[in-house]
Amino acid sequence: MQPIPITTINNHKNSRKLHDFHGGVHPEQNKHQSTQKPIQTPLLPPRLILPLQQHIGRAAKACVSPGEQVLKGQVIAEAQGPISVAVHAPTSGIIESIEELPVAHPSGLSAPCIVLTPDGKETWTALTTHQDYLNLDEEQMYAAIQNAGIAGMGGAGFPTKVKLNPSIAGRIDTLVINAIECEPYITSDDMLVREHAEEILRGIEIMARLVEPKNSLVALEDNKPEAYLALREALNERQQQAGAYEHEIELVVVPTKYPSGGEKQLIQILTGKEVPSGGIPADIGVVCQNTGTARAVYRALRFGEPLISRITTLTGKQIADPCNVEALIGTPISWLIGQYGYQPARQERLIMGGPMMGYTITEPDMPLVKTSNCILAPSPQELPMDHQAQACIRCGLCAEACPAELLPQQLYWFSRAQEYEKAEQHSLFDCIECGACSYVCPSSIPLVQYYRHAKGEIQEQAEAHAKSDRARIRFEARQERLDRDVAEKEAKRQARKEAAARAQAARKSADTNLTTHTKTQTSNAEQPAENGPSLETLKANWDSAQTKLDKLFDSLEETNKTNPDMATKLQRAIEKNQLRVNQTRLAYEKAETAASADQPTVLEKSVTSLPNTDDMKSIWERSQVKLDKMLITLADAKLNNPDTVEKLQRAVDKTQARVTQAKQNYEAVVSTSTATTPSTVKKSETSLEPSTENDLDSLRAVYEKAQAKLEKMQETLEDARANNSDTIEKFERAVAKNQVRVSAAKTALNAAKARREN
Amino acid sequence: MSVILTAILALLLLALVFGALLGFAAIRFKIDGNPIVDQIDGLLPQTQCGQCGHPGCRPYAEGIANGEEINKCPPGGEATIQALADLLDVEAPALDAEHGEEKPVQVAVIREAECIGCTKCIQACPVDAILGAAKHMHTVITSECTGCDLCVEPCPVDCIDLVAVDKGILGWHWNAPQSSLIATDKGVA
Amino acid sequence: MSEYLLILVSTILVNNFVLVQFLGLCPFMGVSNKLETAMGMSFATTFVLTLSSVCAYLVFTFILEPLDLAYLQTISFILVIAVVVQFTEMVVRKTSPLLYRVLGIFLPLITTNCAVLGVALLNIKKQNGFVESIMYGFGAAVGFALVLVLFSAMRERILVADVPKAFQGSAIGMITAGIMSLAFMGFTGLVSI
Repeated sequence: MQPIPITTINNHKNSRKLHDFHGGVHPEQNKHQSTQKPIQTPLLPPRLILPLQQHIGRAAKACVSPGEQVLKGQVIAEAQGPISVAVHAPTSGIIESIEELPVAHPSGLSAPCIVLTPDGKETWTALTTHQDYLNLDEEQMYAAIQNAGIAGMGGAGFPTKVKLNPSIAGRIDTLVINAIECEPYITSDDMLVREHAEEILRGIEIMARLVEPKNSLVALEDNKPEAYLALREALNERQQQAGAYEHEIELVVVPTKYPSGGEKQLIQILTGKEVPSGGIPADIGVVCQNTGTARAVYRALRFGEPLISRITTLTGKQIADPCNVEALIGTPISWLIGQYGYQPARQERLIMGGPMMGYTITEPDMPLVKTSNCILAPSPQELPMDHQAQACIRCGLCAEACPAELLPQQLYWFSRAQEYEKAEQHSLFDCIECGACSYVCPSSIPLVQYYRHAKGEIQEQAEAHAKSDRARIRFEARQERLDRDVAEKEAKRQARKEAAARAQAARKSADTNLTTHTKTQTSNAEQPAENGPSLETLKANWDSAQTKLDKLFDSLEETNKTNPDMATKLQRAIEKNQLRVNQTRLAYEKAETAASADQPTVLEKSVTSLPNTDDMKSIWERSQVKLDKMLITLADAKLNNPDTVEKLQRAVDKTQARVTQAKQNYEAVVSTSTATTPSTVKKSETSLEPSTENDLDSLRAVYEKAQAKLEKMQETLEDARANNSDTIEKFERAVAKNQVRVSAAKTALNAAKARREN
Repeated sequence: MSVILTAILALLLLALVFGALLGFAAIRFKIDGNPIVDQIDGLLPQTQCGQCGHPGCRPYAEGIANGEEINKCPPGGEATIQALADLLDVEAPALDAEHGEEKPVQVAVIREAECIGCTKCIQACPVDAILGAAKHMHTVITSECTGCDLCVEPCPVDCIDLVAVDKGILGWHWNAPQSSLIATDKGVA
Repeated sequence: MSEYLLILVSTILVNNFVLVQFLGLCPFMGVSNKLETAMGMSFATTFVLTLSSVCAYLVFTFILEPLDLAYLQTISFILVIAVVVQFTEMVVRKTSPLLYRVLGIFLPLITTNCAVLGVALLNIKKQNGFVESIMYGFGAAVGFALVLVLFSAMRERILVADVPKAFQGSAIGMITAGIMSLAFMGFTGLVSI
């Protein structure tokens, strides 16, 4: 068995104090197998498969079509959006197809890929080189990096242009170049530093120009003495050319521990600061980049070369010729390892990545991508398959080993019991999935797989919850919309109903107007339309009240003869109706006046005259009715009660007089209104006044007369009370009637007064 | 006798005083509405499909608040039943087969070539996830479709299909490890 | 002052009402499935215990004793406790509907919690004064709350552990409670009250 060389760096003093992170493990390094030879360059593969997504963010979009001839370094897929990276043709050839093929993903599922058949000529496309790349504009530098399709080559694949965005310049203290490579078996960065240290330093300078940090560090683990020497030499050379480069690059050697190459852990070692949970290193002023990325940045700016190849370690006992290769992106893995003596054992097992964080390759034909740093093909003895998991003995070794200072045991229990809320509370999403906890677990529990599963479930639940929230909001909005529609329809229906009612009332009042002998027909016909529906309604009300009153008077006659007891009730009803008649009449008049005041232009003689004439008319009519009643009562009294006849006769006479007066008034008003017929608009308004004057006087006269009558009747009543009880009721009725008349006349008078004042 | 009377009176007095206090408290601490309904509604999947027997998710939430069974929602499935059981601190029964079975996530797809533009499906969709107008093409906005199945019936030319959603590589998540060695019939993964 | 401290130590640890005197076991077993419910329940019980202890003392001293009705203490204390629990229920319903929902039947069951009635009766038996009654009630409540919270935290962890089928649920809960009780009996002799 070969002695395992122990290599450490001696005699190096770091110019800065190093800190440590919690936990960590020290697995067997197994790096010597793949560092015996320099970086190899494999032959051109028979076909290249280029996935459109080799980075974090949105997939690129193909901009070539099958059958097209492409040149080496030509863009074949363009970046989509700010967090996306382009894909370039690694060699010249013909595009065979664009289809879904298995890609480098733990699921083994397929994703869109461009398949390229090399033509063997390796013809480069036109490249933009810059001799004086450091003195380029920042914009140009940034654009060159963007166009070169560079993604983080340390394993995550974050678009480099985003990390080096000039907008964060001024907020960055430290630029860290991660040459740690802590995972066992992987040596790609080691070899890169050994052979291309100068290019890496130049790449660092470019990055420093963009990001403007206060310090630039290259961090190296102490198990890489050759790389250390190479870097040391390159730095010394650079220093000799002092003045040409203003920026100092510091070389830091870090003790070997897994996982000190993790971004957060390295930052903690170098600066003592922790990246906040859920945050990024830029939050604490640090930018961390991989050495491979630094070199790619240099080559992109200096030579205009896009990212079309990377250094990958091929190792493990199943590979006869373990080494590092500079392979083209898109090289099928099965072909690549076949080139270096892959001899699958009975239990074939291929791992993409290292033994701690890698995943098993289920489709060996899957291509190499920008983030593939190692292909590991271990023999079953070298890396035994998972032992059967046993019960957790709660030893707590996992918590001792966790570099993120989490509680892996608690996370295990919660993930197992599917208590995802509690797992999240225990910072499940801060787990970097380094595998240190599973490495130390004595029961061989696959802890990291539990955490990955739990993270997936939580994400799925969060997505489902967000979707259901959206659905609820949409549903409620739809309900609101439907309710609004119904309400609008209802409102429209109401409006239509009202309009129809108005039209009907108008038609009805038009009929009643014709029966009352007043003005010209035309004005009647026009009036309903012009003065508004309410006026007509009021008129209708008034007419119906009047009719009812008349009916009641008739029935009173009947009751007087047949049923005197009921007579009082009837009398009261009559009073009520009388009042109602008056009220409706007044309301109508008021409305009419208002209408006539509002619409002077449509005032017709009939409109102005209508209140007055109607007023007079009603008084006259009522008086006439009263007179009739009294005559009947008189006749009755003549038959039954000769005593009262005299008084009644007097009453009758008075009423007769009143009737005549009312008639005269009415005719007078009519004549005055007709006299003002040919007046113009303005005049019709003023014509209101003279007729009002007349009206006022006559109304006053009516009122006074009614008042007098009332007093007389009251006297009579007193007498009757003193003498004869038979007629008391009748007299009471009569008194009541007169009272009503008095009040009616009074109100009419007041209304007329008010009108005049207005 | 007077002793018993005193005893009764004393107790009566106590009862009256306490009764008054409780009456006052009942008015002071009156609550209206039932905020639990909001919490239940937040857990339901909002497909508004009606398979539970209610015309939407909110009425079912109100029903649950009034004591209905929590296992009537097929689109929510086991996960929703479990979440409701946790919230209300009750047992989690199996999904009531009477109301449907749990199906994988589905979305509706309209075969545009056959669509006649009648808008019947648009009126049926409870979340307005169908885009279109009368005599114009209709299409389903896949990201908003909840797979409730209410649009399939009204379509007169039967051009709507419900297809299972497959997010492919982007929707893939790690499986749970199988812990078969530990002989406990707990029923938990 | 030290007397009150002694009362507190005695009721919380030495003569813990749940684990040593074995009172109030119903809510102890019934509400301890989740930590949040247990904390809610312990707040409610603390409130009820302290208030009812005070009220019971007042009722006894100012109504029952002067009227020579000491034999009515049981029924009047039950009345007091029922009223206090009803009041607490209303307050909980208003302030935290979820807690109200989750506690469910156990909230009104505080009325039948023998620890509450026990505290009221023991106050009389020990002839405690006013302040002593308060401390006694409060200490009993704190002891109850302490044990309830501890027990529910343990039960939560047991729930996700690999418990053999025969022991799952309340069986392992009872065994755990028994072991806790043994542990608390270690406080015997710490203070003598």
